[in-house]
Amino acid sequence: MRHLMSPLDFTVEELDQLLDLANDIEKNPNKYSHACDGKKLATLFYEPSTRTRLSFEAAMMNLGGNVLGFSSASSSSASKGESVSDTIKMISCYADICAMRHPKEGAPLVASTKSSIPVINAGDGGHQHPTQTITDLLTIRSLKGRLSNLTIGLCGDLKFGRTVHSLINALVRYENITFVLISPEELKIPDYIREDVLIQNNVTFKEVERLEEVMPELDLLYMTRVQRERFFNEEDYVRLKDRYILDMKKMSYAKEDMLVLHPLPRVNEISVEVDNDPRAAYFKQVQYGVYARMALILILLEIQVSEH
Amino acid sequence: MLNVGSINEGFVLDHIQAGKSMEIYHNLQLDKLDCCVAIIKNARSNKMGKKDILKVECSIDMLDLDILGFIDHNITVNIIKDAQVVDKKELTLPKQVVNVIRCKNPRCITSIEQELEQVFLLTDKEKEVYRCKYCEEKYER
Repeated sequence: MRHLMSPLDFTVEELDQLLDLANDIEKNPNKYSHACDGKKLATLFYEPSTRTRLSFEAAMMNLGGNVLGFSSASSSSASKGESVSDTIKMISCYADICAMRHPKEGAPLVASTKSSIPVINAGDGGHQHPTQTITDLLTIRSLKGRLSNLTIGLCGDLKFGRTVHSLINALVRYENITFVLISPEELKIPDYIREDVLIQNNVTFKEVERLEEVMPELDLLYMTRVQRERFFNEEDYVRLKDRYILDMKKMSYAKEDMLVLHPLPRVNEISVEVDNDPRAAYFKQVQYGVYARMALILILLEIQVSEH
Repeated sequence: MLNVGSINEGFVLDHIQAGKSMEIYHNLQLDKLDCCVAIIKNARSNKMGKKDILKVECSIDMLDLDILGFIDHNITVNIIKDAQVVDKKELTLPKQVVNVIRCKNPRCITSIEQELEQVFLLTDKEKEVYRCKYCEEKYER
């Protein structure tokens, strides 16, 4: 039985197979519409999330399966003090697979050690968010045609932004990737990403504070939201939240085929006017997220769908 | 000069950084053993200036070298049998340490999950970096 805690749980080859499967689902949705008949997905969301939870639920429903779960800690037994270990043992009796989001880092890993069903990390604190990464990789590969030879700008909250950490971990395994890390001093990437991932893998990267000056270099700009819930201090949040706003003026410095990605939800870091630009790919990304999760569910449940 | 007698069977931990002996005493859980323990603090040392020494009279398989390696791999471990040094153990950094140090990240699951083991993994041998197994927070000594 396999779990998914980090994008690195899959080898590059396994990830390629997953992305191929997701692209096949995109082209032939009917072929997969009964693949999970009779199966149940539990969504254990200890922290509010509309997008990721609904994406998982839509994915399972598209496969013909059912979903159950909770959408906040207050509506689960966690509010009564139940441990993650106990909750997962119980859920293992109800469902065939589960997706867990938890504000505490490492909670899904704890669950996976006690679970008898596959556990998917659907985001743990500021740590990892592997299904967003698979979504991002699928979006990039589908729209750019490759996952190598790219200069990728990551902008905004690179300290607490778990999507960014997961994406860096995944992309360093591809050839000729250059990162441009755009953030204020206070929200720079954590040292374990800089030292153990970027430097150790000899990846080219630079850290800058101004977005405008690097726009022309980028093949891809990954914007992130400064997340209020990650700050212990409201003052710090207010000071940093409007630091980067992508508008058409900044877009005018970018390459014609640059892609703008964002894990969403957006607050105001991308101006609404950018939505109509063909380079804005963040809503396509949402659709790819469903295909990616469908492929992941099939792989973890070891369900193979034949051609006929 | 204070004299502490030799032991018959057990171990002598020499070249402990001065002031560290009590930490080692607790981490090796020597307080729970029913045996004779001598803690020598601030002994004179040509190499270190000052050092601590621990002498423990007990069965030699009771020593957890992993914990000792994590605390300070420069400590000399002398194994004593029939009042003679029969072996010197070399300490290495353990691949993981369990329930010796605690994760200080307030966002880590170890801060709330009941009776969860505190596990740290050696992620960089050269720089002697340990990270929490769950949240990957670096342990700062």
